[in-house]
Amino acid sequence: MSGLIDAIGGATVVIALVKVVVVFLALMLVTIFVVYAERKVLADMQARVGPNRWGPYGILQTLADGIKLFFKEDFRPRYADRWTYALAPVMAMVPSFLAFAVVPIGDHITIGDRRVDFIVSDLNIGILYFLAMGSLGVYGVVLAGWASGSKYPLLGGIRSGAQMISYEIALGLSLVPIVIATNSLSTVEIVAAQSEQIQNVDFFDGIPILEQVAHFFEFVPNWNIWSQWPAFFIFLIAGIAETNRAPFDLPEAETELVAGYHTEYSGIRFAIFFLGEYIHVVAISAIAVTLFFGGWDGPAPDFLPWAWPMVWFLVKTGIFVYLFVWLRATLPRLRYDRLMWLGWKRLIPAALVWIMVTAAVNTDEVTRGVRLAIFGALGLLILIWVGRGDPRLLPATTPKKEVSSGAS
Amino acid sequence: MALPEILTGMRVVIRNVFKRKETVGYPEVRRQPFPRFKGRHILDRHPDGLEKCIGCELCAGACPADAIYVVGAENTPEMRFSPGERYAQIYQINYLRCIFCGLCVEACPTEALLMTTEYEISGATREEHIYTKDQLIIDAPIVRHWDTKKEVSPDRKSVHKPAMGGRVRDTRYPEDFLPRTRGGHD
Repeated sequence: MSGLIDAIGGATVVIALVKVVVVFLALMLVTIFVVYAERKVLADMQARVGPNRWGPYGILQTLADGIKLFFKEDFRPRYADRWTYALAPVMAMVPSFLAFAVVPIGDHITIGDRRVDFIVSDLNIGILYFLAMGSLGVYGVVLAGWASGSKYPLLGGIRSGAQMISYEIALGLSLVPIVIATNSLSTVEIVAAQSEQIQNVDFFDGIPILEQVAHFFEFVPNWNIWSQWPAFFIFLIAGIAETNRAPFDLPEAETELVAGYHTEYSGIRFAIFFLGEYIHVVAISAIAVTLFFGGWDGPAPDFLPWAWPMVWFLVKTGIFVYLFVWLRATLPRLRYDRLMWLGWKRLIPAALVWIMVTAAVNTDEVTRGVRLAIFGALGLLILIWVGRGDPRLLPATTPKKEVSSGAS
Repeated sequence: MALPEILTGMRVVIRNVFKRKETVGYPEVRRQPFPRFKGRHILDRHPDGLEKCIGCELCAGACPADAIYVVGAENTPEMRFSPGERYAQIYQINYLRCIFCGLCVEACPTEALLMTTEYEISGATREEHIYTKDQLIIDAPIVRHWDTKKEVSPDRKSVHKPAMGGRVRDTRYPEDFLPRTRGGHD
């Protein structure tokens, strides 16, 4: 056994291989459940029942669909660019998988004398790597649109490219305050910084009731969301836009572009696009949890202490996936110029302002209470500014009708 | 403000999660149609067994979709089908054309043609959908295509079990939806 391990390249290589395989398989499984959950939740929100035929509560529906897609004809249009057409779905899927390499899905365990972290690779540039992988996915979409040799996919691909450029900036900028606050780009260190308890709660000391209230909240974990919620807000919007999901699903707007970039795809190639999109959703959710909601941080009882962090991580990520579906069920698709307006004129300036605020306030001279107060006030301002909507739309609201007193 | 509107929308959507589902697990569970639902036709008989239809073709004339085909023939003392002079030798309704408007039933002078609440009219070929006289006349029972485990009447108040995996809680209809008795004559 040890001879075999040495032949492969030592225990480090074996552990890395096992991690990669486990994460890959887990992601495939998770996709099945996420697709099922999306259909079921969407049905719930539309007062329907959803898939309920295949398996208990229809849970095997995704599997059946996958098998169906496998056996369908793999059609290639005559004017499609042969190799690019074949490559594009893979280009769209692989980066979503790769992005998961820097997501810490749990704490660590010790096997023998060896510490094994529940993360594929603790890169010291984790966030940068994630952003890079997230934006690489757009190549698949653009290439699919171009290689299909058809006009609707082309339009979808171009839209996707423009959308990705616009929102990738806001996405990247929204993560800079986190880096400023944590002094690190490594996701593991960011989670570790958040898993501490809130300290420095002595701002209200001396004031009778507020003092006790402030100290009562000492048990609250020091998650980034408390101070960085405007950054989270920007990250969430930009993240939804980056996954090409409703209300930012312009690249596959079925009312205008048939099915957008995957119009000409069928069978297993389409399934790969599908897979990539859902993994991307899970990846964005996982990163949001990692950076803003403490990652795997949570109470860990003595029973199986290494498993609890993973449970917390899964629960938190699941909540985000639910939010994604919820938004899809609620919001109509944005018009193209509104999309650009939101990205360039609101999210990017808001993110820049927030970086400045964080950089100015996040020093040791400023006490936590003052810092939170400034964060809160300015964050609220930014939120109102972003959330106010397009001022050009305001005159379009219905004017108040004058009430006449009837015929008499 | 765009953001409060989004939140309002999300609240509206999430409310549906806690509502009862409208879906019924057809075909295991069926909603029974209202008593005056217009489904497939039948041809009635007199109590003595003679056909009510006299082959007058008024139904075919009234049909806006041209779905009914009738060929009348004379009754003879040896072969008597209906009380009058004539009877329908051929009577066909094409359910691929029928729009279930009920004008044929209103046109029928002898009340021979009636509509049932049967709505499961499906088949694999066009020929199957042309119902002939022996299918329409009421000696032949109406055959369902699938077995029914459960029927739910439209005004049913109680809760019933859903189909596998479904979460149907109740298939109650609002009271306003029930057919009302018309005022005046009729």
